[in-house]
Amino acid sequence: MLNHYETVFITTPVLSESQMKEAVEKFKKVLTDTGATIVHEENWGLRKLAYPIQKKSTGFYYLIEFESEGSLIEKLETEYRRDERIIRFLTVKLDKYGLEYAEKKRSKKTEETKNVKED
Amino acid sequence: MADNQSEIRYLTPPSVEIKKKKYCRFRKNRIKYIDYKDPEFLKKFVNEQGKILPRRVTGTSLKYQRKVATAIKRARYLALLPYVTDLLK
Repeated sequence: MLNHYETVFITTPVLSESQMKEAVEKFKKVLTDTGATIVHEENWGLRKLAYPIQKKSTGFYYLIEFESEGSLIEKLETEYRRDERIIRFLTVKLDKYGLEYAEKKRSKKTEETKNVKED
Repeated sequence: MADNQSEIRYLTPPSVEIKKKKYCRFRKNRIKYIDYKDPEFLKKFVNEQGKILPRRVTGTSLKYQRKVATAIKRARYLALLPYVTDLLK
């Protein structure tokens, strides 16, 4: 059975932009290779952490929304744990309300970008 | 004279407490999903030290209080909200 998941990870702020992109690509590849379809992704950029993690006060946030089998999560999370660049990650299953919310948010965002383009 | 006695006068007008009925904002606004990625919204449900406010203060119904609590805990894990702090607001 396919489920909807959402995963957020925080990478160390010492990475350069290209390194960050590479890390994102790596995890996207992990997902697609194991049979997940990526629905949506979002780069939150460098954010200040509410408390220090591994003595770092900032981090790059990245969110990926995907659809897959539940067995994939374990593989993804081991990849997260093996990677030194990742300082925190969270994977959450989206229930029907969560899915609705995510879709709404996405459509709102695309509308906004459309409006900006029109202006 | 009799009129004056029947009319009691206060120096400060007695404050009659009108209790505003609390309501669950999720029920009222039909919010079904509480997003853990929105720390600004979740800040309404924590006090200055970052503690989760009880239901009796916010008026949230039990069903949504549980969801608020999980959302706050997820936000804390992702360092979007602090676990402990002073003067959050």
